[in-house]
Amino acid sequence: MTRTEVDPQARFDEIIEAGEKVEPRDWMPEAYRKTMIRQIAQHAHSEVIGQQPEGNWITRAPSLARKAILIAKVQDEAGHGLYLYSAAETLGVSRHELNEMLHSGRQKYSSIFNYPTLSWADIGAIGWLVDGAAITNQVMLTRTSYGPYSRAMIRICKEESFHQRQGYEIMLALVNGTEQQKAIAQDAFERWWWPSLAMFGPPDDQSTHTEQSQAWGIKLETNDELRQKFVDMTVPQADYLGLTVPDPELRYDEDSGHYHFGEIDWDDFWQVVKGNGPCNRERIAHKTKAWDDGAWVREAALAHAAKQANNSKGAEK
Amino acid sequence: MSYDVPREENEVDPEFAGTQNGFPLWEVFVRAQRGLNHVHVGSVHAADAQSATQAARDVYTRRAEGVSLWVVASEHIHASDPDAQGDWFNDSKPYRHPTFYEIPEEIGHM
Amino acid sequence: MADPHELYTFLLRVGDDNLILAQRLGELVSWMPELEEDIAVANVALDHLGQARNVLTYAARMAGPDASEDTLAMERSEREFLNAVLVEQPNGDFGQTMARQLFVDAYQVPFYEALATSSDDTVAGIAAKAVKEARYHLARSSNWVVVLGDGTDESHQRMQAGIDAMWRYTADLFFTDETEEALQQAGILPSFDNIRGTFDDTVSSVLARGLLALPEDPYQRIGGRTGFHTEHLGHLLPDMQALHRANAGASW
Repeated sequence: MTRTEVDPQARFDEIIEAGEKVEPRDWMPEAYRKTMIRQIAQHAHSEVIGQQPEGNWITRAPSLARKAILIAKVQDEAGHGLYLYSAAETLGVSRHELNEMLHSGRQKYSSIFNYPTLSWADIGAIGWLVDGAAITNQVMLTRTSYGPYSRAMIRICKEESFHQRQGYEIMLALVNGTEQQKAIAQDAFERWWWPSLAMFGPPDDQSTHTEQSQAWGIKLETNDELRQKFVDMTVPQADYLGLTVPDPELRYDEDSGHYHFGEIDWDDFWQVVKGNGPCNRERIAHKTKAWDDGAWVREAALAHAAKQANNSKGAEK
Repeated sequence: MSYDVPREENEVDPEFAGTQNGFPLWEVFVRAQRGLNHVHVGSVHAADAQSATQAARDVYTRRAEGVSLWVVASEHIHASDPDAQGDWFNDSKPYRHPTFYEIPEEIGHM
Repeated sequence: MADPHELYTFLLRVGDDNLILAQRLGELVSWMPELEEDIAVANVALDHLGQARNVLTYAARMAGPDASEDTLAMERSEREFLNAVLVEQPNGDFGQTMARQLFVDAYQVPFYEALATSSDDTVAGIAAKAVKEARYHLARSSNWVVVLGDGTDESHQRMQAGIDAMWRYTADLFFTDETEEALQQAGILPSFDNIRGTFDDTVSSVLARGLLALPEDPYQRIGGRTGFHTEHLGHLLPDMQALHRANAGASW
């Protein structure tokens, strides 16, 4: 070996330290690789499962314009899942393996998608609150240290910029509408408010791994910081809509310039994470049924491709 | 973090072999407009080149991002050795760059 | 000048084909065999929905000051829809979905090509844009029909079953009556004489490449263009319209 020997760990640390990106074929600590796979896969699974609660209203959208927007949005979720699986695959896993992990429950997706969409207003609330919460986090992730993940997030953030706005616009139409429309808007807001806050994860003093993730440049702001940012941004938006935040403790704190809010029900949160949310079983059953029903199609496509390859080999001889 | 599910107690990270059991992987390159290079944008899974091209169109040009695309089976991409970075990609010849040369100011832009 | 009502009826026939097919395809998002196909089917659904909206918006101009694409889509009942019965057929398995799509695409490409020469600028403009989408749809559905026909024994059998199940609804696509005739005589619509031949050529060449055959049963179910539908439409419409109808006059 004539090449200058560099300690790979030192080289990796140097890259992180300099704020440069780690790229697929670089040496990286095993724990970094595993953490990235876990995070990107969960993110991908979340987008893919996220098709379901909103897809639930495609056939019933109240106008053709809303139907088109909703199809485009659900399609984006699938696209974002795909970009993220692509990023995960650069770390030495296959999409097939990740699929199996999702179906068997060994890898999870965001608990937010385990809540049902019960009225049209839920489509507004998801766009406004869930996509709002997601974008708060995803903007940070465009600066994450793993190159393919960061690039996927840049593309995703660009495409998602319409998601939150369309959700808020749905809510606006509802609160300016009939009594019944106003009622479903408030009801949906109340059901999605707390799960959206919980999306940011356990409080900092209970969350493990934050320090390591920050050191690796995977996570740049803490759960509580992001949650506070989200509440500060969202409460005035709710006020504008004339919706009541379902939190008796909510008040604006002049001194800090932030909203103080009540305690999240973490027991409920962990129940949903552990599989006991209102829709956990249905979401996975839907996903595995779609996958199993499609098995013959995938087999056929591979068989056809193999025949084609054989034919063209034959033709060359 | 929003889409990140917190670790449960006793959670163990699974091991992966990276085996492609399903459709093979294809890298996708899109030309944004005439006059520009095709640029790598991501990948798709598809059984053959024809299906991969269609999938690439459906996935990566939903917002009129391109006027042409290529797909290349990922297994056909050959890359330089990442460990050889310093050996292969050093910049030891400053005289290849315009800033190496000092031109009197009176001459103006050159 | 033809009776505006004739143009209105013709536009509903075209618009409803696309609206009802978009509705069926919308049911499939998140149910496809691979993620790439979820994205692809959403694209096709959006194309058909966009075509439906363009056509119905134009039709609404002939239906009174309160009419809109939404009142036409959401406030007409089963007997007032004028789509061909093919597009209201359930998705079935992926083979049946692709058989239905191939037949629609093989019809729409020559249909829109002809329609793009209409002397009505709005109609011609809508058709000129739609034909590009239809050509891509045809490339995609043809590819899948060939892949499945040629793939495995199971896929061949399923693809053939899909063709067999959908074929009997294809003649309804080509049904015309005094409506089209009047519009053609008035010089608004071009002749549709060559569409059927092009359709037959396309279908037989795709089926041949997929080692598939047309069924021998000559029965064809006609009636969609005059509101005589299969029973499936009566289940699709309440799902699509319920929310809109329960909130008369509301904005969304």
